[in-house]
Amino acid sequence: VTTTTGTTGVGEVETHAYLCTGCPLGCRLEVDAVDGDVVEVRGFSCKRGERYGRQEHVDPRRPLSTTVWIAGAMVRRVPVRTSDAVPKGRVVDVAHAVRGLCVRAPVRRGDVVLADVLDTGVDVIVTRDLDAIAPTDAGAGPGC
Amino acid sequence: MVVSAEPRHLADRYDVLIVGAGPAGMAAALGARERGAERVLLVDREVEAGGILLQCIHSGFGLHAFDEEITGPEYAQRFFEQVLDHDVDVLTDAYVMDVTPDLRVKLMSPAVGVTTVDAAAVVMAMGARERTRGAIRIPGDRPSGVMTAGLAQKMVNLDGYLPGRRAVILGSGDIGLIMARRLTLEGVEVVGVFELLPHPSGLTRNVVQCLDDFAIPLHLATTVVGIHGRERLERVTVAPVDDDRTPIMARAWEVECDTLLLSIGLLPDAELVRGVGAQMDPLTGGPVVSGTMETTLPGVFAAGNVVHVNDLADWVSLEARVAGEGAGALATGARRPEQDIRLLPGDNVAYVVPHTISSDGTHTLSFRVRRPIHGPTVLRLGDVHRHKVRAVVPAEMVTLKVAPRLLADFHGDALRVDAVPAEEDER
Repeated sequence: VTTTTGTTGVGEVETHAYLCTGCPLGCRLEVDAVDGDVVEVRGFSCKRGERYGRQEHVDPRRPLSTTVWIAGAMVRRVPVRTSDAVPKGRVVDVAHAVRGLCVRAPVRRGDVVLADVLDTGVDVIVTRDLDAIAPTDAGAGPGC
Repeated sequence: MVVSAEPRHLADRYDVLIVGAGPAGMAAALGARERGAERVLLVDREVEAGGILLQCIHSGFGLHAFDEEITGPEYAQRFFEQVLDHDVDVLTDAYVMDVTPDLRVKLMSPAVGVTTVDAAAVVMAMGARERTRGAIRIPGDRPSGVMTAGLAQKMVNLDGYLPGRRAVILGSGDIGLIMARRLTLEGVEVVGVFELLPHPSGLTRNVVQCLDDFAIPLHLATTVVGIHGRERLERVTVAPVDDDRTPIMARAWEVECDTLLLSIGLLPDAELVRGVGAQMDPLTGGPVVSGTMETTLPGVFAAGNVVHVNDLADWVSLEARVAGEGAGALATGARRPEQDIRLLPGDNVAYVVPHTISSDGTHTLSFRVRRPIHGPTVLRLGDVHRHKVRAVVPAEMVTLKVAPRLLADFHGDALRVDAVPAEEDER
């Protein structure tokens, strides 16, 4: 994000640049903000673009997908995701908080492995079913 | 979700047999059942259905197929539940070795040994495989630590191993971008992504959310020109390229790393379909197909990445449903629609799928542009149809719907597909 500043009568106007991800056009958006409040979005070609620019500036959020260990299943890692997007600045922290977790097969899509991760109000949930298999065939990871 | 057809359930004759249970194969199975095929067999070489979706743990799937953004494993499971609901036989851990022109399918698995199954129609849905170092001949040593991005994805997401500690990624295709983020979240340092072309190969969304979000540098018009290390990779030499994509060695520099991921494109995994004698398209690397996704070999259909490399699993599933419907209809005695119009790639179009259509059917044409057009673009189908879009880029497949009413007054036998800037489009 590049920032240029200018002055107006009311306060400091900061211009932030974002690349819209809504469609192949990839509009280069400019968001003007005064004291953190968006006063103008430029460079968009559609309503979605304008909304995206505003959201990216005020509260950018990202969905997070990662994996955790699973014991007693055919694979050693089971995929998980956040039940909702988390603040962009917390993505790495949430990933690290989840990385060492271990669950035991069977698991079902939607099972919660960690509720309200790092007080974000968002749960970490399993994204696939994995059945339990015979212990001799299981590939338990070192985290389990 | 591991379901494998018990050998005793495996019939010796099927209406439709589908090779590959990824996003294409599963959708084809549903299409075949819905079009009246009673007995449908889905075969996959892995121990469970789902294909590459199972290692694509990120979201971005389902926006077209389910009207909802979900992850790869969720997309696979939703499709697979529908497949089971539709009484499709599923045989996993089984490898299709050969298909004869009279549609005898020879397959092999630990459960059934080598056996032959007869089919009234076959759908080839084997997907694509990654290009490797050999495809672009990077000079240098042959240490460990050099691998395709998809292999690293499997190691990390299914097996729980990290490929290294400090990684360079060559190629800005979507898999490479996704892996840049994935490795970063797992604590691997991603030094940079290098792209030969002057523009990213992957979706804008992935450039922003996988690189920019984590301040991973993207070096455009730059490539890896040397690999160094005796046992393990120690460093790579990178260099900018000129307009002819020739490396400028005077401006080369070295980057320390123990891992080099290659995200340099996919190729249709089309040996089986080539082997049966279907005509191939050198532009796509896949078979030539009709409006119902039938190859030039009667009764053999193909869909998804084995036909042309898609950028969204959703497109694959939609296309494969057409193939499954075509196979189901043919297997149950329906007349084959006459393919009276050929489609030809024209201005700024690299290829068009399908290769032929019937003028009395509704079709979705898929194609890729050669050059980006960053502004209003007209998609032209000969003189019969014009459709305006905001912009086109090579990274994102373009689709164009064709309905019979557009072709009512057309009496030729071929139509060109163009994608040109709106201001150049003269009537």
